[in-house]
Amino acid sequence: MRQDHIISAKQLSRGDIEEVLDRAADIAEDPGAYADRYEGTLLGLLFFEPSTRTKMSFSAAMKRLGGDVVDMGTVESSSVKKGESLADTVRVVEGYADALVLRHPSEGSAKMAGEFVDVPLINAGDGAGQHPTQTLLDLYTIRENAGFEDLSIGIMGDLKYGRTVHSLAHALTNFDARQHFVSPESLRLPRSVRYDLHEAGAEVREHTDLDEVLPELDVLYVTRIQQERFPDEDEYREVAGEYQIGEDTLAAARDDLTIMHPLPRVDEIAHGVDDTDHATYFQQAHNGVPVRMAILDLLLGGDR
Amino acid sequence: MSDHELRVSKIRNGTVIDHIAGGQALNVLAIVGIDGSGGDAVSVGMNVPSDRLGQKDIVKVEGRELSQDEVDVLSLIAPAATINIVRDFDVVEKHRVERPDQVVGVLECPNRHCITTEDEPVQSRFEVLEDGVRCEFCDTIVREDLAELIVD
Repeated sequence: MRQDHIISAKQLSRGDIEEVLDRAADIAEDPGAYADRYEGTLLGLLFFEPSTRTKMSFSAAMKRLGGDVVDMGTVESSSVKKGESLADTVRVVEGYADALVLRHPSEGSAKMAGEFVDVPLINAGDGAGQHPTQTLLDLYTIRENAGFEDLSIGIMGDLKYGRTVHSLAHALTNFDARQHFVSPESLRLPRSVRYDLHEAGAEVREHTDLDEVLPELDVLYVTRIQQERFPDEDEYREVAGEYQIGEDTLAAARDDLTIMHPLPRVDEIAHGVDDTDHATYFQQAHNGVPVRMAILDLLLGGDR
Repeated sequence: MSDHELRVSKIRNGTVIDHIAGGQALNVLAIVGIDGSGGDAVSVGMNVPSDRLGQKDIVKVEGRELSQDEVDVLSLIAPAATINIVRDFDVVEKHRVERPDQVVGVLECPNRHCITTEDEPVQSRFEVLEDGVRCEFCDTIVREDLAELIVD
């Protein structure tokens, strides 16, 4: 993979994606072969927003490669609280670490930060923008469960502010995939993503009702409809119930439907679904470690 | 010279920006940073008849030649404009504006969550699309009211 930083799924070609997924599969098959590969290497974790899965899986990935992490800690306990700019923070921490992982609430933050540092920088979520490493583990999970040939995928929930959705939609344009977007009108895909999908010639349809498309899906990717995005609670309650998956919802689905969710979930997927063969979201979360090991391996040295 | 062009007086040295879409002249002045306080003589004709545009605006600025950066931004809101450089009452250069691929530091991103709107050492940067602009940091696409985004 010839990338200095990983900022957006838009920068990833099909070749880049397959290289990461293949490397992740190698790692998953024989993790011992990679155990000491990055001894003495430090990964800087800069999380300006709360994160559990992304942060822990990056940390686990680096440690399983033999390296270690240095962690900025919470914003409240850092110099950010004193008013330090992001540009200054990343320039300082690049002196401490061999690569940086950044999560920040502002869109475009990773792109900007990447322009100030020479070490590899990985976008771990920039506001409602992008989350490319989540997309790589999503694609790994899709490949494991449904494959990429003639894929029909439904992406449902908060499509407007969901960064995992934006990244996944961009990445899927590299594959033979029909993308069905299911959301309330007020949370449909942003103009910029629709523009890119159109430019890429992607096969895309938008729906407000899951029933229109559920029976034909190989994969259903569910995201949380965020209550805080709605100006009034009644409006939220009105739409939220329409986008919940229960065992009864799945009566119309194919037997081999794969249900994914980037987590955390609130009530978008009933717990009763967890025990069905459809549920893949915990496997998806676990895939974060080998996929992020692969990303780090390819960025930090690997076969470059 | 037609009657329409005589509505505003000739200038000795400076720039005539012609074929601006009707009603956009004041935005053009904002782009070139002219608010009357600098002492430059400025003539503005608004909504004058035009064969090409139906109605057009025209701006004549005495003693000032536009930079390429200014012309680039001008092209976003006045894509049909022509720039005439005048020296000693003669038009010595005349050209249409051309849309650049990118404008830097001249428009403010309307996305209040964009990193460029925060106190960071970075200039805004927009890719110019056929029918608008796109922030190169947060990807926001803007197609309407570009003049309102001009950095003060």
